[in-house]
Amino acid sequence: MAETAAHAARPAHVEEHTSTGLPNTKLAMWLFLGSECLLFGALITTYVLYRGASQTGPYPSDVFDIPYTSVSSFVLLASSVTMVLALTAAEKHDHVRMRLWLLATAFLGMTFVGGQVYEFTHFYREGLSLSTNLFGTTFFVLTGFHGVHVTVGILMLLSLVGMSSTNRLPDDPAFPVEMVGLYWHFVDVVWIVIFTVVYLIPNAPPK
Amino acid sequence: MATASVPARRGGIVRRPTSTTGLRSWFTTIDHKKIGMLYGYTAFTFFIIGGLEALVIRAQLARPDQTLVNAAQYNQIFTMHGLTMIFLFVMPMSAAFFNYLIPLMIGARDVAFPRLNAFSYWVFLAGGLFLYSSWFLGGAPNGGWFGYAPNATTDPTPGMTFYALGLLITGIASSAGAINLAVTVVNMRAPGMTLFRMPVFVWMGLVVQFLLAFSLPIITVALFEMLFDRRWDTAFFDPTRGGDPILWQHLFWLFGHPEVYILILPAFGIISEILPVFSRKPLFGYQFVVFSGIAIGFIGFGVWVHHMYAAGLGPVANTAFGISTAIIAIPTGVKIFNWMATMAGGDLHFDTPMLYAVGAVAMFVIGGLSGVTHSVVPSDYQQTDTYYVVAHFHYVLFGGAVFGLFAGMYYWWPKVFAQKLGEGIGKVQFWLLIIGFNMTFGPMHILGLEGMIRREYTYPAALGLTFWNEVSSAGAFLIAFSVLLFIVNVVRTRRRHRPLETDDPWDARTLEWMTACPPEPYNFETIPVVHSLDEFWHRKYAEDKEGRLVRVPAGAAEPAPGPAAGHGIHMPSPSFWPLVAAVGLPTIAYGVMYSWWLVGVGALILVVGFTGWALEPSVAD
Amino acid sequence: MSEHDTFREEIGEEGLADPRETGRPHRPHPSAKEYIRIGMILAVLTSLEVWTSYSGLPHGLMITFLWVMSAIKFSLVALWFMHLRFDDPRYSRFFMLGLVGACVLYLLVLLSFRVFAR
Repeated sequence: MAETAAHAARPAHVEEHTSTGLPNTKLAMWLFLGSECLLFGALITTYVLYRGASQTGPYPSDVFDIPYTSVSSFVLLASSVTMVLALTAAEKHDHVRMRLWLLATAFLGMTFVGGQVYEFTHFYREGLSLSTNLFGTTFFVLTGFHGVHVTVGILMLLSLVGMSSTNRLPDDPAFPVEMVGLYWHFVDVVWIVIFTVVYLIPNAPPK
Repeated sequence: MATASVPARRGGIVRRPTSTTGLRSWFTTIDHKKIGMLYGYTAFTFFIIGGLEALVIRAQLARPDQTLVNAAQYNQIFTMHGLTMIFLFVMPMSAAFFNYLIPLMIGARDVAFPRLNAFSYWVFLAGGLFLYSSWFLGGAPNGGWFGYAPNATTDPTPGMTFYALGLLITGIASSAGAINLAVTVVNMRAPGMTLFRMPVFVWMGLVVQFLLAFSLPIITVALFEMLFDRRWDTAFFDPTRGGDPILWQHLFWLFGHPEVYILILPAFGIISEILPVFSRKPLFGYQFVVFSGIAIGFIGFGVWVHHMYAAGLGPVANTAFGISTAIIAIPTGVKIFNWMATMAGGDLHFDTPMLYAVGAVAMFVIGGLSGVTHSVVPSDYQQTDTYYVVAHFHYVLFGGAVFGLFAGMYYWWPKVFAQKLGEGIGKVQFWLLIIGFNMTFGPMHILGLEGMIRREYTYPAALGLTFWNEVSSAGAFLIAFSVLLFIVNVVRTRRRHRPLETDDPWDARTLEWMTACPPEPYNFETIPVVHSLDEFWHRKYAEDKEGRLVRVPAGAAEPAPGPAAGHGIHMPSPSFWPLVAAVGLPTIAYGVMYSWWLVGVGALILVVGFTGWALEPSVAD
Repeated sequence: MSEHDTFREEIGEEGLADPRETGRPHRPHPSAKEYIRIGMILAVLTSLEVWTSYSGLPHGLMITFLWVMSAIKFSLVALWFMHLRFDDPRYSRFFMLGLVGACVLYLLVLLSFRVFAR
């Protein structure tokens, strides 16, 4: 079973013979992403179930700053674009540009996470914590899980940059970049849903 | 011995281990066969522990108003019994079989991700030990294996926090294993082995991996929500703040129902392999058996509310799920008819594996019948929370799954240990087990219908439940004795040193029997090209003009490996990084309970482990 | 492997697949320009979404618009950025199994809580 090698003479990564012709890691990644739909689905369901059911405030309308979060959303979407540009560079064996776009993606990701941290801190100061009410409980856990996923993604992006800089990636680094990219885009796609469900869909007025 | 002929990659942090023998090699192994054995040893140990817990339960309940254990202790014991048997015995024992056999059955040299495979095992072990450490750290989980909120979320003892974290850890092990084995089956089959030439055991394995991959995330969320409620005072299941405990039930059973199919399908796969071999006939209706397995997998996601009939969801929900539950009996029935048709007219040999396989089918049918009565909502209203339910699930899980696993142990023992387990003791052991089993769980149908409630540490004499409880408890000790006999059988067989006369002692049908007993590390000298279902059988036998079997002279097993055996076959080298990374998880878990500092340490171990894993050279330097 | 070719005739169906032939996408990769174009569309859709949430449209209509736009964004990222449109359909199958499964199961759960009747 082939694993990535840095030896200059080694050809492109996908050399293993597989029954489907598809590489093991890519098949595994898609199965994993399919399973993640069930993970985030459960968290989103919990949020939707408890929407409007908080018995005390603060309520979403008290604390949400939609323009602010919209900027965050643009940032994350942009990071998907830079990710795909990193892949394009990787396919051209252009390690320098690839690292540039990977760093850009990581930077945008960090901006997103930073923005979330700031937002959470702001909400906390407004009196919203994990235990205040159902809104605090479901909001922080759902977006927190997402934020942790983004953070793991940032670590993977930085690892790719590090490995590329120290010649541990093959000459054609497209495959590992593609794999990290799939994870990254998925995390973006989950945010697309969260942004709509949590922030944009109006919350019922408090009972 | 396999040699490493691929040029080494640029070095990692430390030297990669090379040895595949000796005690240390067990900690660094990434060979699917050794990992399978690790799973097997560990799972069987937990079986004994879970069995001892069951004996305490049965001793306590043998007579009314006893105080061998008090209520608080009883709650911990029955909870741990359930958790142990399900998560620490049946699932990992099934994993043992999948790990050992799937690559062999599909003609591969290993699984798709060997180090991930090792990681799964070490994480499972860590999870089991973490869960059991609870006994010494303030109390074991006591909310039942199903952990219903708000009881589980408000209980002041630490047990249910161990429950949440322990199952999260073992869940990671199973999830990783699921992706690994699913990709292995889809992608690593020998040339010519199309999906419909795979053994049924492999098909059942594939369905189980998908069930795991899609059901585990759901309980992961449930467990996190429970953990957050317990540890950080969130409101997920707190009615005083608007939370709804029914949410827990939904999330738990959305996982919990597919889980029971995860528990039974491996045994169905084992039975499907054994019956044809010992009937000297091909499996009847192979395609039906395969499709019904897939159907069970799908429909299995659509019946979960039948665990919640009494939760007050209303007649529409109850009816809909009553119908889907009745429907799932159909593919199960299909399998049973196909098994019976396989045996009909066959040249039956009742060696111990066959006894267990047939016993498993029979016991499962009984359990299935009580299951059908559960699917009907009004009758379930009477049965729910009584011992009738306990009878039902023990008939399908113990009678079905565990008997199936015993069948598998007897059947594949020669493959793994190069000896057959003693037939004489085996048969005695089987009969004692099946008698003891029916003595223990048969009366529970009656007890349940007479009103004996589940999960209660005692019952008053006036209820008239004493007689059947005494019978049941006696049966439990008979079970214990027969398991002891099994262990005696294992020890005596090992001491006897009687080698196999042939690497194909059962005259079997599938590829794993083409290899040596035990197989070489690389499994096959040459990867076989597969032309049909039951490929090995067809290499051994052809049919003459009258349709009788004629042995093909030189078509069968691989020639014994010579001095140049394995030359040029490069297997991935062992690695200790999976074990290192695995240690990070329980460390984080203890940290969540006791100290943020530990969480940091655990996270660091995890990161270091994964880094070392990613960077280590592909072969030892 | 030279045994490769003789096996090919013997084996039906999947036999021995050559990754060079089936693993690589058959359609040409989108160019950097096309990716940026998709990115622009995503930005426009996001702006539309935000506008919709402020628009004061009737509740049901607003939610429909928002869901539809989210679904389009989701699809654009999955089909183009994640390359599903150009890749082997088996990847989509694995993913859709999870996605559709999640949608169906959780919809049933929410229905049982009568969330939509509130």
